[in-house]
Amino acid sequence: MQPTTHAFPENARKALSDERLQKVLAIAPAGFVNRRKQAADRLPEFEALRDQGRDLKNHVLANLDTYLEAFEGKVTEQGGHVHWCRTDQEARDAILGICRKVGAKTVTKGKSMISEEIGINDYLEANGLTPIETDLGEYIIQLRREPPSHIIAPAFHLSKADVEGTFRQAHTDLPADRVLDEPKVLIAEARQVLRRKFQQADVGITGANIMVAETGSTVIVTNEGNGDLTQILPRVHVVIATIDKVVPTLEDAALVLRLLARSATGQETSAYTTFSTGPRRPGDLDGPEEFHVVLLDNGRSALLGTEFQDVLRCIRCGACMNHCPVYGSVGGHAYGWVYPGPIGSVMQPALLGVKEAGHLPNASTFCGRCEAVCPMRIPLPKMMRHWREKEFEQNLQPATMRRGLALWGWFARRPALYHAAARMAARALGMLGRGKGRFARLPLAQGWTQHRDMPAPEGRTFQQMWAEKKAAEKKGTR
Amino acid sequence: MADTRPAPRVGLFVTCLVDVYRPTVGFAAVKLLEDAGCTVEVPASQTCCGQPAFNAGDRATARDLARSTIAAFEGFDHVVVPSGSCAGQIRKHYPELLADDPAWAARARHLSARTHELVSFLTDVLGVTDTGARYDGTITYHDSCSGLREMGVKEQPRRLLAKVEGLTLNELPGAEVCCGFGGTFCVKYPDISNRMVEAKTADIKETKADTLLAGDMGCLLNMAGKLKREGSAVRVRHVAEVLAGVTDTPPIGEPIKSGRA
Repeated sequence: MQPTTHAFPENARKALSDERLQKVLAIAPAGFVNRRKQAADRLPEFEALRDQGRDLKNHVLANLDTYLEAFEGKVTEQGGHVHWCRTDQEARDAILGICRKVGAKTVTKGKSMISEEIGINDYLEANGLTPIETDLGEYIIQLRREPPSHIIAPAFHLSKADVEGTFRQAHTDLPADRVLDEPKVLIAEARQVLRRKFQQADVGITGANIMVAETGSTVIVTNEGNGDLTQILPRVHVVIATIDKVVPTLEDAALVLRLLARSATGQETSAYTTFSTGPRRPGDLDGPEEFHVVLLDNGRSALLGTEFQDVLRCIRCGACMNHCPVYGSVGGHAYGWVYPGPIGSVMQPALLGVKEAGHLPNASTFCGRCEAVCPMRIPLPKMMRHWREKEFEQNLQPATMRRGLALWGWFARRPALYHAAARMAARALGMLGRGKGRFARLPLAQGWTQHRDMPAPEGRTFQQMWAEKKAAEKKGTR
Repeated sequence: MADTRPAPRVGLFVTCLVDVYRPTVGFAAVKLLEDAGCTVEVPASQTCCGQPAFNAGDRATARDLARSTIAAFEGFDHVVVPSGSCAGQIRKHYPELLADDPAWAARARHLSARTHELVSFLTDVLGVTDTGARYDGTITYHDSCSGLREMGVKEQPRRLLAKVEGLTLNELPGAEVCCGFGGTFCVKYPDISNRMVEAKTADIKETKADTLLAGDMGCLLNMAGKLKREGSAVRVRHVAEVLAGVTDTPPIGEPIKSGRA
């Protein structure tokens, strides 16, 4: 997927004038917010769990090599294979290589953000394979050839009517006069179509919410059960995951799961939580003959030891975007690449470079709601600010803003001049604005006044009035 | 037995927006503090807390301004700020900004520990339960983000407002959602900011309140500007004005009556 992150302001404008999208955004995030709150309130130890989650991930990140090697050892011991990949290209090639080796034609897929990050579907298609998304949301956007707009609800930007239209266009072998007016019916139709695909698939690709070092297991959570069919029915199961998803023990995995479902959907636990440990063993009733883990770095290890390390604690619950007023205004596609919302505003500059993705960490009011709900307590606003510091260091900000800030900084370091300038500004604006109390237009403030009035100041500064008051008091007591 | 402790010596950090836009808030703050038994001083060497530079990624300027603010406010028992945002900058970010500066790290932490947002200082430190004010009207209250999430200001203004005679509080739906100001955000991304403040003013109107209060001038200018542009009659004031009973200045964005300077 070619990023359009550099065009964020234009993307945002488009999203803001898209009435259909705005209707969806007016309702959908609130549902997530309320359900998460109820789930958190129901669990007295929820805040303590967040502390534990943060500490767990910090420990893992400090010992990442140890746990990854332990994980690899366990996977291998059980007859699986681990493919270490530094870049997205290496991961694509590893997956294509596995598919080629077994002569695969059809590949089913569970939902995975990493597969979006490496663009595996396009790559497999270009190489003659047929990838089929089996998560309902992913399936819908695959039919529409759109990227996901949310990390746990890929078709977040679509209404029921949109989905109906998409299905009618895609499922031409079904009767045209069928009724598709309810979510239940839409789901049933997707199920019916996908059943056939599950049976045809030679390889199933899933992501991993967690990798467990002590057992060599990978874990996925779903609400549709599609992940299980994706990984059990085909001969080969490929897991694509990044290195930050490892935890030491099953108990640690349980901690992550308790935080994940509540933060994401407000569920106590997802409908399906599936642990995969190696290929089918003698005596197993089902399971794949081959089990591969494609273990991807793609820039993560470069964040270790930097001011951005904490972002690797992310468990991809989506709570930050559900609570973000910017995401809630423009939706996910405006962010121009795989990861939207606050987590995207920190991750995308790391993965795409600050030159391509510099708008995202700037497009935040630092309202702090994301950090307030992040189950891993990632200080997202602080990290966005660190990206702004990188931009500042590299001189990437607009020249007018830099010059304005430099001039202001010069004055602010000189109290007498600063107060004099403040007096002049207050006086001038106060005189001009006192008649109406506000300005509908003001030079140099068009960004403000195009949408709102600028209230007029009272006319004199507090410092000025305070000094006069103190002088008068002194005189009075003399 | 009479309280014989000396009056707490409070340094008022005025904030740039109160200084230039609304001195009334500064005087309301002084009145509230003096009524509660404090001695208030306003160091003339203060300028800006440095947040604009800090949030623009210019740490060098932010650190310079942090140092001069620390120097300006040394020696006070408490530093009080009529803004959750500027108070948050001093309390939460100064220690981090100067952590690796051996000459200033301890001084930054010391100032941080003594710095308070105005309303929470009145309730939590001074134990004020009633400011003795009167305000005839129905108000609604917006929780400014930094005050709420960096300084823990939530119940304190509501407790004091509940004691203001004649005042009714209608809670604002989505009171904890950002109004879209965000410092330079509102001019860097005006369309998104507009969407956010539009949603906010719609919520404000839904409360049927005649007055909107909040604790931060940035948010107040943003919301007042939008309400006025939309032709709304809702009056907008800083919470300190109502708590201090200092409401002779016209609300934010309203014309100054003739005869006043």
